[in-house]
Amino acid sequence: MADHAATHAVDVTHAVHDPNIGNTGLDHRKMGMWAFLGSDCMFFGSLIGTYLAYKGKSISGPTPHDVFDIPLTSYSAALLLASSLTMVLALAALQDNRVKVAAGWLLATAAMGLHFVLNQVYEFWTFVHHHDLTLSTSLFGSTFFVLTGFHGAHVTGGVIWLLLLVSLAWRGKLDRRDYTKVEIAGLYWHFVDIVWIAIFTIIYLIP
Amino acid sequence: MATHAAFMPGAKVEAPTFWGAVASWLTTVDHKRIGILYGSSAFIFFLIAGTEALIMRLQLARPDNTLVSAQTFNELFTMHGTTMVFLAIMPMSAAFFNYMIPLMIGARDVAFPRLNALSYWIFISGGLFLHVSFLAKAVPDGGWFGYANLTSHQFSPTHSIDFWMFGLQILGISSMLAGFNFLVTIINMRAPGMTLMRMPVFIWMSFVTQFLIVLAFPAITVALILLMFDRFFGTLFYSPAAGGDPLLWQHLFWIFGHPEVYILILPAMGIVSEVLPTFARKPLFGAPVIIYSGITIGFFGFGVWSHHMFSVGMGPVADAAFSITTMLIAVPTGVKILNWLCTLWGGSIRFQTPLYFSLGFIAMFTMGGLSGVMHASPPVDLQQTDTYFVVAHFHYVLFGGSIFGLFSGAYYWWPKITGKLLDERLGKLHFWLMMIGFNVTFFPQHYLGLIGMPRRIYTYAGDLGWNFWNLVSTIGAFTIALSFLVFIVNVIKTARAGRVASADPWDGRTLEWAIPSPPPVYNFARVPEVHDRDDFWLQKHGDGHGGAPRPKPAPVTAAEIAAIHMPPPSYWPILLALAMAMMISGLLISMYQVIVGGLLTLFLMYRFAMEHHRPPDGHGH
Repeated sequence: MADHAATHAVDVTHAVHDPNIGNTGLDHRKMGMWAFLGSDCMFFGSLIGTYLAYKGKSISGPTPHDVFDIPLTSYSAALLLASSLTMVLALAALQDNRVKVAAGWLLATAAMGLHFVLNQVYEFWTFVHHHDLTLSTSLFGSTFFVLTGFHGAHVTGGVIWLLLLVSLAWRGKLDRRDYTKVEIAGLYWHFVDIVWIAIFTIIYLIP
Repeated sequence: MATHAAFMPGAKVEAPTFWGAVASWLTTVDHKRIGILYGSSAFIFFLIAGTEALIMRLQLARPDNTLVSAQTFNELFTMHGTTMVFLAIMPMSAAFFNYMIPLMIGARDVAFPRLNALSYWIFISGGLFLHVSFLAKAVPDGGWFGYANLTSHQFSPTHSIDFWMFGLQILGISSMLAGFNFLVTIINMRAPGMTLMRMPVFIWMSFVTQFLIVLAFPAITVALILLMFDRFFGTLFYSPAAGGDPLLWQHLFWIFGHPEVYILILPAMGIVSEVLPTFARKPLFGAPVIIYSGITIGFFGFGVWSHHMFSVGMGPVADAAFSITTMLIAVPTGVKILNWLCTLWGGSIRFQTPLYFSLGFIAMFTMGGLSGVMHASPPVDLQQTDTYFVVAHFHYVLFGGSIFGLFSGAYYWWPKITGKLLDERLGKLHFWLMMIGFNVTFFPQHYLGLIGMPRRIYTYAGDLGWNFWNLVSTIGAFTIALSFLVFIVNVIKTARAGRVASADPWDGRTLEWAIPSPPPVYNFARVPEVHDRDDFWLQKHGDGHGGAPRPKPAPVTAAEIAAIHMPPPSYWPILLALAMAMMISGLLISMYQVIVGGLLTLFLMYRFAMEHHRPPDGHGH
C-alpha cells in the first residue's frame, strides 16, 4: 500500500508538450486507429462469415468458378500487395524529411490502389454483362458483391486519404513532423491489404 | 483559442448573450458539457419511451380494450424498446462516461475532444431521425430486434423499417466513435501512477464496455447493411425464396445483441461499485476480483448469443453449448454480487439516496439474474419464450439493474456536476415509489407469462385469468411514472434552492472529489499523482494501518493555471454530423441528396482533420 516512491518517476513532460502523446508515451491517434481496425476486423469478419454461411446455397445463377477470372484478380492482389511496399517507402522517405520522394511514393501507392479499384469495377462489369450475375441473381451474387464491394469502398477511401496527403505535401504542408499522420494512413492501408489477402484466399482461391 | 486568463481564479468572464450561450454549447468540446448534453437528451428520450410504455399499459389494463389499435401497439412496443436501449440507457451511461472518466483518471479531457462532440451530435441526429418517423406517419413496427423477414419489403412496404434501420445505423456510428475515444482515453490519459489495477472500478467497467461496443456493433452494422441492400437494392440475404436464411439476421443481431446487454449493465455495475464503498466507508471488497469478473463477463458475453434463439431449433449440440456458456456467465455476476454484499458487511453505512438506489440495484438485478439463469435451460426457455415471463426478466435486469444503477449514479454525482445536492427526502421518496412501482409492475408479469400470456399482444379476451394482474401491472407502471415526477420536482427544487455541495460532500474515495464542484473547465489545476487504489481516501484518512495521511501538496500557483492549454471550441463536429444525417436521410428522399450529403461529409471530414493540422500558436510540436 505504500510503494509511493515507485511511481514518482513517471515522466509527464510529453503530455505537456504534445497533446497527442498520452501518459503511456503512445500516440492517441495511432491507438485510436488500432481500435478502429479491431472494430473493422469484426465488420469484415461478419461479412466473410455471411459469405461462407451462404456458400453453395444459391439455387440459381452462375457459380463462383463460372465467373472468377483468377489471373486478373491475382494481378489485382499483386498490385495491392506491392502498394504496401510503396506505402512503407513513403513513410521512410518522410522520416528522412525527403518530402518530395515521400509524396512520390504516396502517389504510387494511391495509383496502385486506384488501379485495383478500376480492376474491380471492370470485374463487376463483366460479371453483370457477361455472366448475368447481379446483386439480386442469387445468394452468391448478393454476398459476393456486398463483401468485395465494401472492401473496394475501403480501398477507395484509402485512395482519397492518400491523395489528400499528396496534395498536402504538394502545398508544402507535410513534413517530418507529420510522420504519425502518414503512419496512421499506412496502418489503414496495410489493414485493407490484409483483408484482401483473406478475401482473395477464402472467396477466390478455395474452391 | 480559449484565453488562459479566463482560467485564472476570480477572472471576470463577460456574461454571454443568449445566442452566444447557445453557440457555446453547440460548439463545445468540453467533456463535462458533452456529458450534460448526453444526460439531458437521454432523460428526454427516457420520458418519451416511458410515455409509450404507459400507453401500452393503459391499453392492457383491461381485456378487449380499444384505446389503441393493433398497429399502434406494434409501433409503441417497437419504439419503446428501441428508444430505451439506444436512446435512453446507452446515452445515460455515455453521460457518465463523458463526465466522469476524465475526472476519475485525473485527465483534463478525453483523448479526442472534437470526436467526442461529433459522437454526441451524431447520436442526436440518429435519435431525431428515428422520431421523425412519427411525423412521416411511418413508425417502426417490427419490434426492437426487427426479425427478418418481417422487415422485408413484402411485409413492411412503408418506410417504417427504413427509419428504424437507418436510425440504428446512425446511432451505431456514434457509439463506435465514442468507444474508440474512451478506449484511448482510458489507456492513454491516466494520471501518473494510476496503473490499470489502481483504476476505479467504474473506469474498469466502462473500459470493458468500450471493448464490447467497438467489437459488437460491427455485427449489427453488417446486419443492417444487409437489410438495407435487401430493401433498396434487391439482394436476397434474408429471402427464404432464394435459399436465404432468416436466421442469419438472428445470429448477426444477437452476436451484437447479447454483448449489448452487458453494454447496458456493466456501467451500472461500475457505478454501484463506486457508491457502495463510499457509503459503507470501506474499500470495495475484493476489488481485483470484481475487475476480473467484469473482464470475464466481457469475454463470455460474446459466447452466449444463441440462447436468444433456443426456440428456432438449432439442434441439441448448439442448444447444449449455449446453455452451458449461459449458465457459466452467471458465475462472475454472482461473484460480483457477493463482493458488493461483503463491501457492506461491517461497514459504517450511511443511508443516503445514492446508496438506496445501489441497494435496489443489487436486489432487483439479482432477481433478474435468477430468472435469466432459468432461461439458460432450453426446455424451460421453450416454455417462456415470447411470454410475459421474458418481459418480466429483462425489465428486472434493464430497469431493476441498469436504471437503478444509473440513478444511483445520478444522485451520487449530481453535486459534483451541478454543485448542488439533490434533496434527500424527495430522493428517498423517488426511490421508494420507484421500487414499489417497479415490483408491482413487473413481478406479476412473471406469473402472467407462466400462465400463458404472450408478449406483444395488443389485447386479450376477458376469460383467460389475466385481467387482475394486468390491471395491477398498469397501476404499478403509473407509480413508476409518479416516482419520476418526484425526481423532476427534486431537480427543479434543487436548481432553485438546493443545498450547495462542497467539493467532497460524500467523503468520497476517487479523484473527482478532489476538485471543486462543479469542476473548473480544466478539471485539475495540477495533474494529480496516484499512489494507490482509493488514493484520495488514503490522502484524507491514512491507510487504516497506522499510516498517517499524506501531507497536502503545495497550493496551485496562478502561473500553473495560466500554463494550462484547453482545446478551443469547434463547429466542425456539429456540421459534420448534420452532413452525415443529410446523406443518410437522403436514401429516403432523393439520391441527389445522398450524393450532395456524401460530398459534403467528405469535405467536412477533411476540414475537421485539418483544423489542428498546424496549431496556430506554435505549440503542440
